[in-house]
Amino acid sequence: MAEITMIEAIRQAMDEELARDERVFVMGEDVGVRGGVFRATVGLYDKYGEARVLDTPLAELSIVGVGIGAALYGMRPICEIQFADFIYPAFNQIVSEAAKMCYRTNGEWTVPMVIRAPYGGGIGGGLYHSQSVEAFFTHVPGLKVVIPSSPYDAKGLLKSAVRDPNPVMFFEPKKGYRLIRGEVPDGEFTVPIGPANVTREGSDLTVFAYGMMHYYALQAAEKVAAEGIDAEVVDLRTLYPVDKATVLESVKKTGKALVVHEDNLTGGYGAEIAAILAEEAFTDLDAPVRRLAGPDVPAVPFSHPLQDWFMVNPEKIAQAMRDLAKY
Amino acid sequence: MELSSEMKREMYWTMLLARRLDERAWVLHRQGKIAFHISGIGHEAAQVGAAFALRKGHDWVTPYYRDLALMLSLGYSPRDFMLSLMGKREEPNSGGRQMPSHWSMKDANAVSHSAPVATQAPHASGIGLGIKMRGEDKVVLTTIGEGSTSQGEWYEAVNWAAVHKLPVIFLVQNNQYAISVRVEKQMAVKSSADKACGLGLVGITADGTDVFKMWEVINEAAERARSGEGPTVVEARMYRITPHSSDDDDRTYRSREEVEEHKRQDPLLVARAALEKDGLTAQEHDEMEARAKAIVDEAVQYAEQAPYPEVEEGMYPVYAEEVRNG
Repeated sequence: MAEITMIEAIRQAMDEELARDERVFVMGEDVGVRGGVFRATVGLYDKYGEARVLDTPLAELSIVGVGIGAALYGMRPICEIQFADFIYPAFNQIVSEAAKMCYRTNGEWTVPMVIRAPYGGGIGGGLYHSQSVEAFFTHVPGLKVVIPSSPYDAKGLLKSAVRDPNPVMFFEPKKGYRLIRGEVPDGEFTVPIGPANVTREGSDLTVFAYGMMHYYALQAAEKVAAEGIDAEVVDLRTLYPVDKATVLESVKKTGKALVVHEDNLTGGYGAEIAAILAEEAFTDLDAPVRRLAGPDVPAVPFSHPLQDWFMVNPEKIAQAMRDLAKY
Repeated sequence: MELSSEMKREMYWTMLLARRLDERAWVLHRQGKIAFHISGIGHEAAQVGAAFALRKGHDWVTPYYRDLALMLSLGYSPRDFMLSLMGKREEPNSGGRQMPSHWSMKDANAVSHSAPVATQAPHASGIGLGIKMRGEDKVVLTTIGEGSTSQGEWYEAVNWAAVHKLPVIFLVQNNQYAISVRVEKQMAVKSSADKACGLGLVGITADGTDVFKMWEVINEAAERARSGEGPTVVEARMYRITPHSSDDDDRTYRSREEVEEHKRQDPLLVARAALEKDGLTAQEHDEMEARAKAIVDEAVQYAEQAPYPEVEEGMYPVYAEEVRNG
């Protein structure tokens, strides 16, 4: 078993799926000759050729729209949006077309495709290379929304996404691309879309997180453990449809919940977890549900001190955990 | 390839049936029996000419909401249309989920579309990409109104097809109006086909009231696509004889004289005149009319008696795993 980076796990998943199924192809801006601006597709162009690793026109709407057409025809496209911040031109195709196709045809047509996009801040990317866009898509029935936080999950979930018969939004925490390393077994495995993962057992409170914030939440949990706070950490992994059972079960045990995301607070994904707990776990709660999120400003500012101010980090999570434990 | 007399009559018959179904839809709306109708009256020649140039069930189509005559040409039935108008369970587009005239027919490779305009154009390029990847000889026809060619989605789709020389025919049905807005407010060029030269593909403007001419033009475009020469933009010119939809009142933006003037160039009259030269008699035409009326009557009766969806059906299928048969 080798220890690899998140980006290598993602590359391996695409490599293996391209080899497994000739209907699978990759397309996006700079994914071919260059191997992707983050190098997620490096080597795939040479291995599979330009017909299956396609450099597209610089136009996100049609990367998705053409992908939908190819999926309807029977192909299995993996569409890369270079940064999640650039996904908005494709919003209409994702929400009006991909998400609604199965329902609006009573199942006659389906859209099996993956839309990959690196998301998140802390990398000096400013307003338009740092955004977290998941909340726009977790409101849309017909989509599945997945965010991995480890190389193992990234590879296993991406392979499941490629094989899924529905459109899957696959958001990758770009700050973790090379920072997060982990063991990934050689050979075939998948991680199912749907179940959340309890990555740290604890009894005092539960932290719900995903992507980069889950990685930080584990660090924060270690930090407060030394102070006597025994935190449970849940990696949500599949944001939509959400694994309600795991969420409720954890809070039944701990009685306290902190939801963490780097997207801004209002209308963010944490609101949904808080609402589920308010409606279905009220009597299990020993404290109000707490949300820790980015501030309600348009996006992550560029200048270093401003970026650090915006970003949720392990210390901020640890402090929120201490406050909640005290309640 | 030349059109035989039988083929020409079949084409005219399809136009006539589409017209009588469309007219009945207006009547049903005025009777309060249906909630909505969007009309294709005046578009029949372009649609039937295009559809008959395709190999049914082999080539692909991403249509738009005025394409009743196109869909009938591909095998959509009068009953299907009436069921869709009434939102009945058996309605084949969507089982009563979509508004009428939002077509889908998988057997005919006719892909479902939505109401935000031009979204179907990139799908056609994606299907074209799939055809090219598999090295098949199929073509894709995608249709659209001239107003919707203002959308970025259309340009992106045409550009893609041109860059990759995809086997796609972009048929623009220029009926002069986008609801109330004249074509001059949509584009500075004289024809949407002129937009093709800026994107590096062939653009052709054709008389969309002449069904046989339309067949020739689309046939040539299909040949070009099949031989690997890439996509074509075809603008078919016609006039939207009816208001935009049953919710529109076209008296608020155009004169009755203008509409009457254009009725003289009704594609049905044009086709009938050509067929009369080819030997179609008044008696034969009367028989066609009687047959059309009987078919439309039967379709209405059938659809009126057909059941609505059960409300439980509203919950699915959101995901492919939830698709139920029957």
